[in-house]
Formats: sequence, structure tokens, C-alpha cells
Amino acid sequence: MYNKVVMDHFRNPRNVGVIEDADGVGEVGNPLCGDMMTIYLRIDENRIADIKFQTFGCGSAIAVSSMLTEIAQGKSLEEAKKITNKDVAKALEGLPKNKLHCSNLGADALQMAIKNYEDRLAGIEPPETVREEPHEHSHGDKCYCPYCDIELDDDVIFCDACQSSLEEEH
Amino acid sequence: MNIVNLDQISFKPLLPEVKAAMIDAINKDYFNPSSQHKRGEQAAEVLDAARRSVAGMINAAVPKEIVFTAGGTESVNHAIKGVAMANAEKGKHIVISNIEHNAVIRSVRRLKSMGFRVTSVSVDEQGRVNPQDVAEAITDETILVSIMHSNNETGTIQPIEEIGKITRDKKIIFHTDAVDSVGVVPIDVQKLGVDLLSFAANTFHGPPGVGGLYIRRGTRIYPLLDGGVQEHNKRAGTENLIGIIGMGAAAQVASSELDQWVAHCLRLKTKLLAELPDAIEEYIINTHPQHSLPNMVSISVQYIEGESVMLMLDDDDIAVSTRSACATGSLRASHVLISLGLSHADAQGTLVVSFGKDTTDEDITRFLASLKEVVITLRDISPLYNKVARSPA
Repeated sequence: MYNKVVMDHFRNPRNVGVIEDADGVGEVGNPLCGDMMTIYLRIDENRIADIKFQTFGCGSAIAVSSMLTEIAQGKSLEEAKKITNKDVAKALEGLPKNKLHCSNLGADALQMAIKNYEDRLAGIEPPETVREEPHEHSHGDKCYCPYCDIELDDDVIFCDACQSSLEEEH
Repeated sequence: MNIVNLDQISFKPLLPEVKAAMIDAINKDYFNPSSQHKRGEQAAEVLDAARRSVAGMINAAVPKEIVFTAGGTESVNHAIKGVAMANAEKGKHIVISNIEHNAVIRSVRRLKSMGFRVTSVSVDEQGRVNPQDVAEAITDETILVSIMHSNNETGTIQPIEEIGKITRDKKIIFHTDAVDSVGVVPIDVQKLGVDLLSFAANTFHGPPGVGGLYIRRGTRIYPLLDGGVQEHNKRAGTENLIGIIGMGAAAQVASSELDQWVAHCLRLKTKLLAELPDAIEEYIINTHPQHSLPNMVSISVQYIEGESVMLMLDDDDIAVSTRSACATGSLRASHVLISLGLSHADAQGTLVVSFGKDTTDEDITRFLASLKEVVITLRDISPLYNKVARSPA
């Protein structure tokens, strides 16, 4: 199901844990799909000096979190802001198509953690809960039916191939 | 190290008797059972023998009431669509439950697009249908009630006998999807009072791709497949004779050894449930404490996700199945578990541990030891475990 790189990051996840008194925290999650990620950052001179994650999710969600932390570690905030979910999937040498929707949230969590850090610097109170449920197709140009993997037009609400309703997904 | 197969709802090895019967059948080069020459009649005889074995296993009144199919899914599709098509003039209303297998749910969904109406009754928090709810769902338009015998995700057994009394009383055709029950627990179609019952050979160590539909004499139903006159005009197409012979052999062994299988599995299930608290904390058992199959347990391990557990157990050569949305391909939380009232997060951590006649005490012990480690590892990673479980009250 998963390739070797994904399985390696799943079996030996890098940078697991919590940073106490982190400078920035980002949480994303979609309890309907099941994956939730928290990214913790320690920022030193506009660089990611330390990054840790916690993830509730499937094999690909854990691998995505682990890979993201490896990519982001040591990067300047400007560089880190450019990291996308697609970059993470690419570094993992690909994920199953139907996992691109709900498991590939690592970069979203990172961006939220950076924003959380910048908000704190600017004196903006973070909202009570920072968890959001992004539903945009952040994985790139193509959209696939999460139930049968068939490529879809971006705005359909029904998969003709497997007869699944996609209203919840869009 | 050997693979510990605790995913026997997905795969059970063929019995030696089944292998022998199928190999013998291949070597005998049986002709087509529909042919009227001597070699054809020989084939028809072994087909009938298999039918008698299978009919005996579920106590059908006559072997003719068994229609061989290409598995449980076809049997269910045949039962539901065949009854709907044959009885549409009488009414277009069907009653099912919220926890049916997708073979039922998607069959009725298809019928809905053809003008049928469906009422789906809910289950209590222990996963059982209340027969009274079925009685109340029935209208003058109702032509079919389809409630599963046991649930494929939890193993919970439904009150089929009580529902059968209601449907008989109201003269409504009653189908039960017994795919996970036949060959696992004793099934008697007379006692259950069903008109149609679906089952599959691979549930009792027979070959996959072979199943049966019990059709009580006099039940109004159309074939799903039209063509020749095979299977007493109920299922066209040249019979899968080798597979059917395998199913017949499996039925024979199952009929004589079922009591031992049940006792063995029940002992393992009791052991698993008794020792689970020593291995892990904070879990939910979704399997009914009394009314359930002896061969499976559904466990929702809180704060972690099932696919991850399954993959890590696999690294320890232990095969289980998970009902996590991420692993099912549908990416949607199990409708069965949500119907039981589980939260999406708890449903995500659900493992189905299923065993069989060859499972040993050692297998259960190995599973529990491995599960203990896996749960610790994954909870260390999980943000939910920190947040929900560890925050001081």
C-alpha cells in the first residue's frame, strides 16, 4: 500500500513530541477523516531551531508529519512558508491518491504554527481553539474521488464511477 | 515466525478435506451438469450431493431451496433485487437496519433510484435492532425486510427469530444476510423463520467466490442473472462445479465439527477479553457481551488510529483488520460504529480481531503483547492522548 520511504517514516518517525513553551503551535485536523496533527516550533533568529509533531492518524499521516519536520528543520521562516503539502508528498515519493485529501495536512499545520508565532510577536491573541478543518484541495492540480480513486472534475458532488456522494468532501 | 492470522473474517484457510475434494473434482474432469449424457449426469449427481450437504447445514426443508451463487455479495444482491423486482406491483417499500453490510445498503440504494422507498431502523448502543422498531417500520407497501444475522464488524447477533415472527405474521418476505454466521454458529432456517438467507463458503473454510442463497419454497423472487435454466431456474450460468464441490465438503465438515469450533473460539474470545485489560487501558468493546459470534471481537482503542495499529502489528507478523476510515478505502468512518454511538475519533481506533478453529492460546498471548507495545508507541505520538486523557480533571 505504502512505498518504502513512507513506511520508513511511519516506522521511525522523526521529531516526535512536544516543545514546552513553544514559540508557535499549529493544529489541523479533520475528525471526520480522522487525522489530526499538531506542530510545535521553536524559533531562533527567524529560523526554525526546533520542530516537533504529534499526530493522530493513519500510516501516511504519521509519515507526512515526520517528513514535514525534516524538511522544515533549520529553514528560515521565509523558506518554511513556501513549503506545501505537495512538497511533502513529493519528498515521500508519493502517497496513495485517496490519502492526498485527508492525510496530507502537515504543511497546513506548519503554516498555522508560523502564523501563530507571528501573531504572538504582533501581540495578536490566538483564538481559544486553533484547530481548523481545512477542506480546500491543497494537494495540487488534480482531484480524486476519495472512495474509488477516479480522477474527478473539481466541482462535482457525485462520483459517477462509484456512485458516492461527495457533498461532504467539497 | 509464522503469521498469526487474527483476521479470519477476511481469510480462512481451506480445510484439508476441501482441498482434497476440489483436487479430486479437478482430476475427475466432470462434464457440464446440464448435459443429459452419462458424464453430464455424473456431474449433476455431485452437484446435488453438494447441495444436500449445504441444505443440511442450515436445515432447509429440501435441497432445491439452495441456490449456489458466486459468493455472499451475489446472494444478497439476488435476494434484495430479486424480491424487489418480483414484488414491485405489490409495493415498493423495503425495511433494513442501519448496520447492514454495503451489499445490502448499496443494493437498496440502487433500488431507491428506481422508485423504491427504504426505511432503515437504528440499533441500540449495544448494536442490536429492536424487533418492535421493525414492526413499526412496516407499512402496507412493504415487500421486504432485510436484517443481517450477525454484523460483520462487531459480531453482534440480531434477534432474527423475533423479527421472523413479525414478518410471518404480516406475510412479508424476510431476508437475513448470514454471511458471517453460517458455518460459525448453528443456523436453522426453520427456527429463524426467514424466507431468504445469504451465506458464503469462505466463512467456513470453503473456497472464496462460492456462496449460497436459501430461498424458501413459494417465495416470490426473480433471478438476478437471466439465461439458462440452471439452479432450478433461479440462477442462470454454468455452475462453478469445482467451487461448489469445495463448498459441499466444507459444509459437511462444518456440520459435524461446528460445536467444537464454537467451544474453541468462545474460550479464546473469553481469554482475549479477560486479558485485554492487562495489556491496554482506555478502550471500548463494540461486540455484544451475550448476543455475538464466538469468533470475533471489535475493540476501539482510544486516542489512536486503527490503520497505524494494524500496520505496526503487521510488522510483528500479526494480521488483524481495522475499521478505521483511513484503511477501508472509503475514508469514511464505519457506519456501523457510528450507529453504535461511537465518536468519529473512537471509531478510528477500531480493530476487528477474528480467529478460528486453528487459533491457539499462544496466538492470543502474542497479539496482546504486541498490541501493548504498539498502543504505547502510538499514544506517545498522539495529540489526543495528551489532551484528552492526560489533562488533569
